[in-house]
Amino acid sequence: MQVFTGVERPESLSRWRSGVRGRRWAAGLGRWGQALRSPLGLVAATLLGLVLLLAIVGPILWGERADAIDTNALSQGSSSEHWLGTDSLGRDIFYRVLVATRLSVALALLATAIGVAAGVLLGAAPWLLGRRAGRFAVATINVAVAFPALLLVLFFAVIFGVGIRGAVLAVGLGMAPYYARVTSTLVAGVSGRDFVAAARTVGLGRTRILLRHILPNIGEPLIVNATLGAGGALLAFAGLSFLGLGVQAPSYDWGLLLNEGLNGIYVSPAGALAPGVTIVLAGLAFNLTGEVVAKKVGLRTANVRTAYSPVPPATGDEAPAAGRPDPSPVLEVEDLHVTVTGPAGPVTPVRGVSFAIGRGEAVGLVGESGSGKSLTALAVAQLIEAPGRVDARRLEFQGTDLVHTRGRAKGIGRLLGTSLGVVFQDPTTSLNPTMRIGRQLGEVVRRHLGKGWGEARARAVDRLRAARVPAPERRAHQYPHEFSGGMRQRAMIAMAMMGDPALIVADEPTTALDVTVQRQVLRLLQEIRAENHVAVLLISHDITVVGQVCDRVLVMYAGRVVEDLPSSELRTAARHPYTRALLAAVPGMKADRDRPLTIIPGRPVDPAHFPPGCAFADRCPLADDHCRAVDPALTDDGSGRRVACWHAGEPLPVVTEEDSVGVGEAS
Amino acid sequence: MTTATATPSALRGAVESPWVGFVLRRLRRLLVSLWVLVTAAFFMIHLIPGDPVRASLGATAPQELVEARREALGLNDPLWQQYTDYLRNLLTGDWGSSMTTDVAVSQIIADRLPATVEIAAYAFVVIMLVALPVGVLMAALTRGGRGRRTELAFTSSSVVVAAIPDFLLAVGLVYTFGVSLGWVPVAGKSTVESYILPVLALALGPMAVLARIVRVEMLTVLDADYIRTARAKRLPARWIYLRHALPNAITTTLTVGGLLLGGLVAGTVLVENVLAWPGLGSTIVSSILSKDYPVVQGIVLVYGVGVLVINLVVDVALALLDPRSAIRES
Amino acid sequence: MSELRFDGVRVRFGTGRGGLIAVDGVDLVVPSGQVVGLVGESGSGKSTLARAAVGLAPVSDGQITVDGAPLRHGGGSRSGRPVQMVFQDPYSSLDPRMTIGDSVAEAIPRRALRGSGARRAEVVRLLDLVGLEAARADAYPGQLSGGQRQRVALARALAAQPDVIIADEITSALDVSIQGTVLNLVRDLQRQLRLSMLFISHNLAVVRYVSDVIAVMYLGRIVEYGPAEDVLGDPRHPYTRDLLAAAPDADTDTLTRIETDPVLRAIADAEPADPHHPPAGCRYHPRCPIGPLVLPERSDCLTIEPATDHPNHAACHYASDVLTAR
Repeated sequence: MQVFTGVERPESLSRWRSGVRGRRWAAGLGRWGQALRSPLGLVAATLLGLVLLLAIVGPILWGERADAIDTNALSQGSSSEHWLGTDSLGRDIFYRVLVATRLSVALALLATAIGVAAGVLLGAAPWLLGRRAGRFAVATINVAVAFPALLLVLFFAVIFGVGIRGAVLAVGLGMAPYYARVTSTLVAGVSGRDFVAAARTVGLGRTRILLRHILPNIGEPLIVNATLGAGGALLAFAGLSFLGLGVQAPSYDWGLLLNEGLNGIYVSPAGALAPGVTIVLAGLAFNLTGEVVAKKVGLRTANVRTAYSPVPPATGDEAPAAGRPDPSPVLEVEDLHVTVTGPAGPVTPVRGVSFAIGRGEAVGLVGESGSGKSLTALAVAQLIEAPGRVDARRLEFQGTDLVHTRGRAKGIGRLLGTSLGVVFQDPTTSLNPTMRIGRQLGEVVRRHLGKGWGEARARAVDRLRAARVPAPERRAHQYPHEFSGGMRQRAMIAMAMMGDPALIVADEPTTALDVTVQRQVLRLLQEIRAENHVAVLLISHDITVVGQVCDRVLVMYAGRVVEDLPSSELRTAARHPYTRALLAAVPGMKADRDRPLTIIPGRPVDPAHFPPGCAFADRCPLADDHCRAVDPALTDDGSGRRVACWHAGEPLPVVTEEDSVGVGEAS
Repeated sequence: MTTATATPSALRGAVESPWVGFVLRRLRRLLVSLWVLVTAAFFMIHLIPGDPVRASLGATAPQELVEARREALGLNDPLWQQYTDYLRNLLTGDWGSSMTTDVAVSQIIADRLPATVEIAAYAFVVIMLVALPVGVLMAALTRGGRGRRTELAFTSSSVVVAAIPDFLLAVGLVYTFGVSLGWVPVAGKSTVESYILPVLALALGPMAVLARIVRVEMLTVLDADYIRTARAKRLPARWIYLRHALPNAITTTLTVGGLLLGGLVAGTVLVENVLAWPGLGSTIVSSILSKDYPVVQGIVLVYGVGVLVINLVVDVALALLDPRSAIRES
Repeated sequence: MSELRFDGVRVRFGTGRGGLIAVDGVDLVVPSGQVVGLVGESGSGKSTLARAAVGLAPVSDGQITVDGAPLRHGGGSRSGRPVQMVFQDPYSSLDPRMTIGDSVAEAIPRRALRGSGARRAEVVRLLDLVGLEAARADAYPGQLSGGQRQRVALARALAAQPDVIIADEITSALDVSIQGTVLNLVRDLQRQLRLSMLFISHNLAVVRYVSDVIAVMYLGRIVEYGPAEDVLGDPRHPYTRDLLAAAPDADTDTLTRIETDPVLRAIADAEPADPHHPPAGCRYHPRCPIGPLVLPERSDCLTIEPATDHPNHAACHYASDVLTAR
């Protein structure tokens, strides 16, 4: 049954990612502290702390010395008395630089506050004003943002006049369009989410939703942006003062000191360089802090593959040899392990999978999210990338060993490129949006068979036709976005057939499609299989789909195959309690509407914490202490059917009405 | 949902090309922005507190002179008439004349603009030539958690360089290469060598920013499903990087590149002042300080138009490069 | 509970050539205390219809009433909203920054309960109703599983004391083993509270399990409507038949049989229509196995749109015909 629509995330990693997300939101500001404890974060925080400390104590400690005029030492270079020399009035530049911290930082913060406040107001306006007025607000922001901030600052500086007040307003307002853009983008992102829609249906007003739901959810990125912005404001302010448009003597900030210093750069280079260095350091303090926190709170797309710490190859003493003896199977997998990096270190979601696929055979691989079925498929197709890691006692495709050569040899690339086709779940994201379909298909021929583009294109058109794509010549010339979802999946299947495949690995090929289109695509796979004698490995969360299409079904749970049986016997002879529960949990068209659906209590096992015994024991009505202590091996009963259960085939107790509500996965 | 079948709708789409709509929309946006710019430039003078002419001529100037100047500038006319006059004069090429030197603003701009355009253009070329390959290379070296040291070195050095504003960079460069080493002229526009400092000062920061963005963008693209598809076709790595990843990363790169180019225009103001480069930037600052408002107005307009033109070019380039863009907007 | 009624409802997005009529003149009744299952493929407008009922999509024509009173949205007064909705994606429908207790409490109408103690007690009662422990009120959505979040979403919808509840694909983001628990909960709550409910899904088996009445939607129109047993047992519209044939435990034959007749084959492989350019006449005709592409004499399908109030409650000119063409 089709349970998922297009929103499903890649099965293998979604569970952990959502876990990370949850913790992130819950912990809130805790992450800031965590971020600043990293080495780079420590540097940033220390730097920022020093700058702020200096801003507070600078004028108190050294204010007098910085203003002391020494007529005996005018415009001198650095000396033991004046480390950085003196200015034209004989004042000590070193102390002046220190004292100027307060004004420089304070003005920058003030300008940032103005900019952020004005920006947030302007940026939230589209949300508050509703459709029409909102569009005007967005247009205003777009026009203003088109001009670089520095030009806006200059423009406002002309209007507000030369001096501190004018410069603060100019820098603040110059930054405002940027924050307005950031805010409106963030607001648009959050307001499209369902919890905002839910708040609206409950009847909350726009202002209230903004305050209660939207602002808390965009606060973090806004603050990070403001931190980065404070660095920018500091630099902009220094620039204005340097040009003589900002702080005016006798007040002084770093920009003004730089201006004075530049005039005497030949006499006393330190006088020009010192304020410059402090400006950079202070700017860096704000920028680094912002960057570090931004990285930690995940404003950049979270990268799951961050750390690589290899685990020792599994010894694999539990898995028996694959069932059904086949003289020349297309694919043979023995004791396959896949290790990937999770948030808390490496985990092994696939642990000891063994199976074989005969020529022209269709094998289905079923399981829930996190069962390891997709990773198994990727491992078979040699598409697991470092730091992910594949170990197997044996992994042979067409008699060629894959696991010990890792596809590095050119011959292997060619073998896989032409004989193993892969069809992915989401045809929308799996086709390159900037390349014409014909070219994407033709690449295989061109690369592996050394043909020219003309021949490659002819083959692509032929394969598209075989995949029942209407008007294939015209379609080959189009881009993926000009295809509908079902057509894209046909194009993917055509791509898998560009060579002369012996095996097509199809990873949830119909999950993103409508039921009627799903049927079309499955039928196409069937036909192709029949016409070309291609073996198919079909991965699906939907046991009925697999049962319809495949000769044999492998049921996966917690990284293991728990049952292997002919699909014709699925409904009659399934022996593993999990298989039977999966079949019963799907409401069929003949299900009794007056009885509650059978459920599988509890939740799937976290790949980071596999239990010692049978992984399904906690959810299994037949489980006893033995099950919880000792993991059952996948054993062949001699007929080619395999099952991994101490109580295989025993009758299941009936789930009662009371069990169905609440017990579920409620606690 | 985009469905293209062999129906009349597809034919109709071909005749009424989405490009027509795209060009019209883009043109409308340009005109609106231009109007906003011109209006802002006009009101700039009127928003200044007090009498701009008095401020410009100084407190000691005789009242008659101020009045005469006000009359000459048309400041005594009703506001709407000033506005229409201003628009008409702009269109006929009469941009007014300097309050201090009486030279025509158009003349000043014609004198000063080329020097600014030169360094901005060279800087842009340098940025693109360095940042693109470096960014792609860094992505290739550090993807999937590889090359942790390289990543750290690249990230930290680019953060530091990007944090140094161009005018400070200019000061540092002047000190290092001009004062200490004496390799290049410290200021002014003379020989070919004199271009080195301003171009470098303008280019280094954006270069670091763009290289980082290219790297991040490449990493994102390399994580996309269609790259996995390309790997499933067992294409060689170089093929995947150049034919599959780069074209997809170029969109963001170009968008940011456009923003950087706009920022570059603004950056010239400060860099020109540090290096005494005879361009628009040094002129606008001296004009602001001497309250020579017609000149300021004119230069603000030139900068603004420059930025708008850059944005337009980038938008058109994006539409040409990305097969989805023209449709995405509709 | 009360009756929800759609009368000639039209929802239009955008204007001109790029415009899209997502819902085009829908008449639909959700009778008091009953569950109406609404099925259809993506792009059929079923979710838009739901969003229109809670004021999230603009109704450009027609009227939506609850017990005869037109729905009014906007203003943001918290006088209670008679229609509440449970959304598809439980990861997006709860504010990640708010405890689930607060999320539920927020939905309780202000006039209904005053004082934090009473509201707190009500939250506990609602959570209990959906099978969550009271202690869970302080949890954040990030700490809950997908199924648990969907329970919270149900509790929140109930908190608003609605007359009608709309469930929009509430199980499609869940794993099969969890889908069952949510469906059981919906069924139990409905029987316990006599809820009027519009239950939307693309999955016919799921809809069948919870619904008393079934409506089938195609390209913005209701094409078949009737008691669940009738619609599923004796479908009149060819589209309904097609959906039934594609259902999970339908005859495997429909999947494995390879069509040899080129016309039928082309129809079986036809793409779903583009909602931006709906076909003239009967909207289903380009995919219809008993339509004009197969039986050329049925040319009226090309020009005349069948009415929804057809005697068989199926919008098909040939609804009463036996499907012999297959």
